Amino acid sequence: MADPARFISTRRRVREDRRFVTGTGRFVADIRLPGALHAAVVTSPHPAARIVSIDTRAALASEGVVEVLSGAGLPDLVDPIPNALDTPGICCYPLAVDAVRYVGEWVAVVVARTRALAEDAAELVEVRYRELPFVVDAETALDPSSPPVHPAHGSNLLYRRLFSWGPVESDFSAAPHRLGFDLAWGRSSTVPVETFGVVASWDAGRDLLDIWASIQMPSFAEQVASCLRLDLNQVRVHYDVDVGGSYGVKRGLKHTVVAGLLARRTGRPVRLVEDRLENMAGGDMHGPERKFRVAVAFDDDGMIRSLKLRALEDVGAQSGRAPLQLGKPVSAIVGAYRIGSVAYEAICVSTNKTGQTAVRGFGMAPTNLALETAVDRVARHLGMSRFAVRRTNMIRAHQFPYRIPSGSTYDSGDYHAVLAKACGLARLDRLLARRAAARAGGRVAGVGIATCLEPSGGNSSFEALLNPKNTTTTWPESCVIKVDRTGLVTASIATSTSGQGHETLTATLIGEELGIDPDRIRVLHADTLSAMPGNTPVASRMAIMLGGAATGAAGRIRDRALAIGAHLLGLAPGEAEWSDGAAVAPDGRRLSLGEIAQVAHREYHRLPPGITEPGLQATHVYQVPTGGTLPDADGRGQMYPCYSFAAHLVYAEIDRLTGTVSLADYVIAHDCGTVINPDIVRGMVIGGAAHGIGAALYEEFAYDGQGQFLSGTLADYVMPTAHEVPDIRLVEHCTPSPLTSHGQKGVGEGGYLGAPAAVASAVNDALAPFGVACLDLPMRAGTLSDLLATATEQP
Amino acid sequence: MSVPVTMTVNGRAVSDTVEPRVTLVDFLRDHLGLTGTHVGCEQGVCGACSVLLDGVPVRSCLLFAVQAGNRSVTTVEGLDDAILQDAFEETHAMQCGYCTPGMLIAARGLLSDTPDPSEDDIREAISGTLCRCTGYVQIVEAIALAASRLRQDERHG
Repeated sequence: MADPARFISTRRRVREDRRFVTGTGRFVADIRLPGALHAAVVTSPHPAARIVSIDTRAALASEGVVEVLSGAGLPDLVDPIPNALDTPGICCYPLAVDAVRYVGEWVAVVVARTRALAEDAAELVEVRYRELPFVVDAETALDPSSPPVHPAHGSNLLYRRLFSWGPVESDFSAAPHRLGFDLAWGRSSTVPVETFGVVASWDAGRDLLDIWASIQMPSFAEQVASCLRLDLNQVRVHYDVDVGGSYGVKRGLKHTVVAGLLARRTGRPVRLVEDRLENMAGGDMHGPERKFRVAVAFDDDGMIRSLKLRALEDVGAQSGRAPLQLGKPVSAIVGAYRIGSVAYEAICVSTNKTGQTAVRGFGMAPTNLALETAVDRVARHLGMSRFAVRRTNMIRAHQFPYRIPSGSTYDSGDYHAVLAKACGLARLDRLLARRAAARAGGRVAGVGIATCLEPSGGNSSFEALLNPKNTTTTWPESCVIKVDRTGLVTASIATSTSGQGHETLTATLIGEELGIDPDRIRVLHADTLSAMPGNTPVASRMAIMLGGAATGAAGRIRDRALAIGAHLLGLAPGEAEWSDGAAVAPDGRRLSLGEIAQVAHREYHRLPPGITEPGLQATHVYQVPTGGTLPDADGRGQMYPCYSFAAHLVYAEIDRLTGTVSLADYVIAHDCGTVINPDIVRGMVIGGAAHGIGAALYEEFAYDGQGQFLSGTLADYVMPTAHEVPDIRLVEHCTPSPLTSHGQKGVGEGGYLGAPAAVASAVNDALAPFGVACLDLPMRAGTLSDLLATATEQP
Repeated sequence: MSVPVTMTVNGRAVSDTVEPRVTLVDFLRDHLGLTGTHVGCEQGVCGACSVLLDGVPVRSCLLFAVQAGNRSVTTVEGLDDAILQDAFEETHAMQCGYCTPGMLIAARGLLSDTPDPSEDDIREAISGTLCRCTGYVQIVEAIALAASRLRQDERHG
């Protein structure tokens, strides 16, 4: 295109916002179908028990109750929830069959005329249990003598593989310095303010199951259909539902299978909208809980030669997709650094805890914490600046594209420039002076630094990495555009939105390509039967993938319109140009998109020879850049095309008595290539960082030694409020990706990938003068207070 | 057992019969179809269900509908606060939009009492409303922007 970008990278309003400020968003709980029934669940009070009997008679007799479903007989009706790993012995149904495996697991579902009546009746379901031994700790679960969560699988070990890339042992022997440490990432998650909900309606006249759900999940319709033993084209998932936050976790497969089954059995629509406790205890949306053993070998100047990383992941009692979160970190296993060799041991165990699912970053945030902590420790070991060690190790701008030992090639970047921008915006010298003054005044103060990479736009080959039976090498996204007779443009996309602004993204890019006002472009969310292929906004992929699809489809519209326009202007192909939404002749004569569309739709006789399809419409299904190959035998492969980068800097003070951490002067320098909408990018990065602050300091799904779940409410699971999140400032840097339509990269996860490491860095910098460290997240106030008290007591 | 309840909602008189255990938020959403007010936790922590009760922000999940009898309730649908709503759009003070109605109610409550709020005032006012998307920064900016525009409006009006 000859025209400079007009809409991309400019501050334009986010079109989705209007409906939200007027209270006219349409979330799943807002969907009212006539005659709908409401579901409430009966859950397990035990971490492990055999179900002796379930008596539903009193519940069935209760006012307004239509049906009570339990796990007895369920295997005759539905197939189990699929496992991502090749673990056929793990068999989980939406409701517990014969045995329960965690507190909160669904045992029965009651459907009634209202939610209140369903809850009343749920209390009348009598379940008798015989308690069984259980395991809640990952290291214990690794022990072959621990009680197996899934006896048919034989042990609690779901996956174990030692990857080795490069001469790790010889690098360790040759290096003048080595250090190692253990570190833990606590069980937390994204915990959207909206719980998961689904409305299912069976249309017997059409043999069709309609689903409205608060969903963000690739292959959702496929898995629902498969579990319900329906043909895929018997399930229609509607994407025109506003999702009240997800960040990875809105994957209510079991909810939807139950609602779909009950809708079909009762002949009435069924609503299953979790309450908060159902969400926290039995929603199967917990995130990674990972223990690390880290070792690095390094030179006198701080250059890290080699890394050994052991990651032990506790996915809880459901396997599902969660174990794959050990795979994504392979795509950026050395972070921003020129580490030459890596040994990565990925271990995954099951325990008697709530199931885990995909969380923002898909396992990258814990691993980045381990890596960044290692870099800080190298600096401390050598008495060097943490900034200097990072500058020494970071990949240089001229080295891109850069291939890391685990096989991924980073597309582009300028890490030194970004780190310099962060230091400049934060005024690092002043920050260090502030720390010095605080310490001189007897306060506990630290400065934190972390970098992070954000692999984005993935092709999902981490599935194949962890399960050789999986042969996925693409995760396409699509866009359909039609230009109506009046020249107005309507685009259709294959996903629901959970706050990423896909309508704005799509309209902006189509407007850019066609030279027309994006605000006049309508964008619809299709449904799974009418949509072209799509894989939802996971893996920071939509700017890249939907952006590529929308640009591609709009380009086809433009080319077609230009060909027709040139012909109508009496010109040979190639003699007219496309500008400002019109075909323009060298002498200045113009034909607008509307005039061309009128001919395309109605005046077939005026179309140029060779154009035989009436109308003006295009579809583009966009392949993942660099996708299309499986990992090699050593686990090397390209999983993600684009790598965004960020540097986080933050100042922290810890109250000596209470251990409370206060953050200030938080800055992020960020490079996601070309920014399409600055306000969206800013919100994503800052919001992700806030979420990471929560993971670092407050959030944990806690269990006691008896396997009881202690964090079922938002008063127990503490998320940051406007008091805990400081005024985070952002500065952008732009290293365009050579692989995408406009140089854009992904943006949804980076804030969350960097913040936990930055906050941990600040806290440990504050603790360092006391000779103590905190290597377990969340870094609770009580823990920090105890650490400081102990340290102070020492001479 | 149901009991009669009468209240004013968004300026309109409303009469209905409800079970005494029906919360105000369920009454607004299920009986009146006002789905702009959202449910997040049903225990008064997240603030998504905030409405104005006689002009003061309250958690509608912690009130029974009958407790709002003969009082005046304003939900996001009746907010009619163009400058505030426009400011939220201008700074993109939301992503998924689920907490937005509660944030707008909290902001309205603040600005009614404190037309020239400091950043600390704003943070305090919204500290009872959880947003999981934005990290609050663009929400704080929106409320400060609205406050300054409302003051300007006041001067010129």
